[in-house]
Amino acid sequence: MTTVTMTVNGKSVSADVEPNTLLVQFIREHLRLTGTHVGCDTSQCGACTVHVNGSSAKSCTMLAVQADGADVTTIEGLANGDQLHPMQEAFKENHGLQCGFCTPGMIMSAVDLVNRNPNPSEETIREELEGNICRCTGYHNIVKSVKAASENMGG
Amino acid sequence: MSVENGIGASVKRKEDQRFITGNGNYLDDINKLGQTYGYFLRSPHAFAKIKSINLDAAKAAPGVVDIFTGADMAADGIGGLICGWGITSKDGSPHVAPPHPCLAVDTVKHVGDQVAFVVAESVAEAKNAAELIEVDYEELQSVTDVSKALAAGAPQVHEEAPGNQCYDWELGDKEAVDAAFANAAHVTKMDLVNNRLAPNPMEPRAALGEYDPGTGEYTLHTTSQNPHVARLILSAFVAVAPEHKLRVIAPDVGGGFGSKIFVYAEETTTIWASKKVGRPIKWTADRSEAFLTDAHGRDHATHAEMAFDGDGHILGFRVSTKANMGAYLSTFASAVPTYLYATLLNGQYKMPCIYAEVQAAFTNTTPVDAYRGAGRPEATYVVERMMERAARDMNMDPTDLRMKNFIQPDAYPYETPVIMTYDSGDYPLTMNTAKGMIDYEGFAARKAKSEANGKLRGIGSAAYIEACGIAPSAAVGSLGAGVGLWESAEVRFNPTGSVTVFTGSHSHGQGHETTFAQLIADKLGVPFDSVEVVHGDTTKVPFGMGTYGSRSLAVGGSAIVKAADKVVEKAKKIAAHLMEASADDIEHEHGVFSIAGTDKQLTIGEIAFAAYVPHNYPEDLEPGLAENAFYDPLNFTFPAGTHIAEVEIDPNTGIVDVVDWAAADDFGNIINPMIVEGQVHGGVAQGIGQALLEGVVYDDDSGQLLTGSYMDYCMPRADDLPNFKVEATNTPCPSNPLGVKGCGEAGAIAAPAALMNAITDALGHEIDMPATPEKVWRAAQNA
Repeated sequence: MTTVTMTVNGKSVSADVEPNTLLVQFIREHLRLTGTHVGCDTSQCGACTVHVNGSSAKSCTMLAVQADGADVTTIEGLANGDQLHPMQEAFKENHGLQCGFCTPGMIMSAVDLVNRNPNPSEETIREELEGNICRCTGYHNIVKSVKAASENMGG
Repeated sequence: MSVENGIGASVKRKEDQRFITGNGNYLDDINKLGQTYGYFLRSPHAFAKIKSINLDAAKAAPGVVDIFTGADMAADGIGGLICGWGITSKDGSPHVAPPHPCLAVDTVKHVGDQVAFVVAESVAEAKNAAELIEVDYEELQSVTDVSKALAAGAPQVHEEAPGNQCYDWELGDKEAVDAAFANAAHVTKMDLVNNRLAPNPMEPRAALGEYDPGTGEYTLHTTSQNPHVARLILSAFVAVAPEHKLRVIAPDVGGGFGSKIFVYAEETTTIWASKKVGRPIKWTADRSEAFLTDAHGRDHATHAEMAFDGDGHILGFRVSTKANMGAYLSTFASAVPTYLYATLLNGQYKMPCIYAEVQAAFTNTTPVDAYRGAGRPEATYVVERMMERAARDMNMDPTDLRMKNFIQPDAYPYETPVIMTYDSGDYPLTMNTAKGMIDYEGFAARKAKSEANGKLRGIGSAAYIEACGIAPSAAVGSLGAGVGLWESAEVRFNPTGSVTVFTGSHSHGQGHETTFAQLIADKLGVPFDSVEVVHGDTTKVPFGMGTYGSRSLAVGGSAIVKAADKVVEKAKKIAAHLMEASADDIEHEHGVFSIAGTDKQLTIGEIAFAAYVPHNYPEDLEPGLAENAFYDPLNFTFPAGTHIAEVEIDPNTGIVDVVDWAAADDFGNIINPMIVEGQVHGGVAQGIGQALLEGVVYDDDSGQLLTGSYMDYCMPRADDLPNFKVEATNTPCPSNPLGVKGCGEAGAIAAPAALMNAITDALGHEIDMPATPEKVWRAAQNA
């Protein structure tokens, strides 16, 4: 067992974990933050995307111990109280989700995308979302959501 | 008077709030006190005899609670999995349905077949213990290809199925078709492969079983599109528990696309074993298991011939299909290549006669069953590739050939030669709409421009039809279905005027909580936010047949409307009493009950309160305002439309760029246009996936699955797809009270044919799906 300490959604958390515990397992099983999902076992689908020190990361590709000391944000920590993040708002307004399973990871990737590209073109959005698979929407409304959010995020 | 958030409004979805904030409640998010974890040891071989299984070392491993094999289940009287639709072969014999045990008994028949179930304190410990199970296999030669399985001398997958044949079925008039071909001026022939697909809802399947020794009740949480159907099968056929002692809950489910209709070995074993170990057991598939065990889709090999007269009118259609069933017959597998396929081979056309024969075969592969569209995409693929090819053979514009043969808008009801009676439609209108959307007439100029840039450009159409709103019980019963396909609903007013709607339909992305609330807001005048839709729990919802075949609104929604109508009838009696009038004089509109010709009125909220606080109330009327309804459809519904794809191909790379997409669909009346458009987008994306990227591949010799992860099976990404142009036309469905037809599968049905027609137009060569860069590049070298 190894002790890990990190900040998750603004709160300091600490736990003893097996060294091979993935960050996503730590988030889901130790912290019971189940908004971060697991959709594959090869780091392709992106359903587990969170922010680590402000950048998006697939939490299935990181060990919890690698996030020791890090500042982690999950989908549960994105809204400011009842005030949805503009990206969350945009996904709702533009029907950017159907079954909702890929949505947390998609939103976390999209927020990072817009943070890095404040005014992304459709082509950029499509390219940048390559690491997040959605089976429901055909991406049409996801792209629309991200574009709309980028405008509301001050891009 | 229109109602806020009522029928026809693109209301934002109720369910989104929980999903965008990470508060969804998917199966793996649920945990129970004292929970253990299940893991399946699976066959590494495509076909092998099990000579022995030694569990000693595994049972002694850390954290192991217990380990079960097929012998344990058999000893407990747990039956195998069943197929719920009986198909009768040409010779009158019933289809062959070999035993399908949840855990293999003496043989394994596909890679991934379940061999043992390990229950441990953690997933890691269960996996570690599984590695210590010693299974002595005697490997056998396998067969995975459907044509090879049906050839003489093929390995025999089941003793019960000589020649690997499940059935050899036919539909239509062979003699009439032979005569039509004898008189034909032109005959077009094609061999077509409909590639095998892995459904891949983003949430992997999972199950959480628990047994309460105090009540004797089992509770199974499972990723199901139809929890009541799962309960019925697990109770009546598998004998896990009596129906009244089995509660099945399907919570938030992360996509299904058909693959979560079926009752699988994993949830069956999990719920059974939970009583054996006396603790809850959770099993969650990883993606690799999903590829190995989620029922696959399609996998047809077809030869088709179409006869035309000298003017391009269809004279007859002859189709011969080999359908791969996989290693076992899945829950509705037998119906997919027969009654969901051949009955749609008439397409949108006046076809005087059709003859179809379908040979279904067992192979050493994952079972094949319904996947988005289920039989109807396969039918559309055959009909629409044939139409396009025939037009090219006869030097006609493919849209002109279709136009010439369309059933006309005044011809309904229209009886086809393959069972179906089409009820409504306007096929010329949807085709012309799609052509306008994509500027069909301007294609030649765009093609010239592409060619000037060294690119190939193609355009292709698919005029599809589907039979949805599945299904009239008597009709499907006469065709072999083992169940009725009605739907049930309850509309329950609470004393404070809010409404809870219970529906047997199940939402796993479709947005029922929103669409069904719109129905109630519209019919009963209750604010949208005061309507709660409850689904997915056999204890809460009276009954249900679930969601598949684009049936939720046409069948489930109609049941809700029927229940709402009953509420209105009762409310009229209460209103009449309260306003001292005759019930016959009460008029109702959107929840307001008034006496004709006066200004006296009551709202449904006031009436609901009176119904629960019946101090001043009709003597002969029961208190309360809650009504149940069952709805059994009168006919299938027939959504139809035209999709047109335009592609540009780089002959140097073989990469197909889908540059434009026009979808003109007739779904009848539409409740929420935003949701309907989203369904079309998603369906088209899956269809494009099939045509360009996806395909399950088995190694021909070893029977190993070569496409077992997202590294090998190419899922459509955002940058593989275009924006879609989507428009709706409307001929209301005459057979249900909402006039709706269903929209969930249309895109997946139309898209593969449209896209392959565009690609073959560009290349001037026929190629099979998926049109991967390599295949396209090779064809482009000869273009």
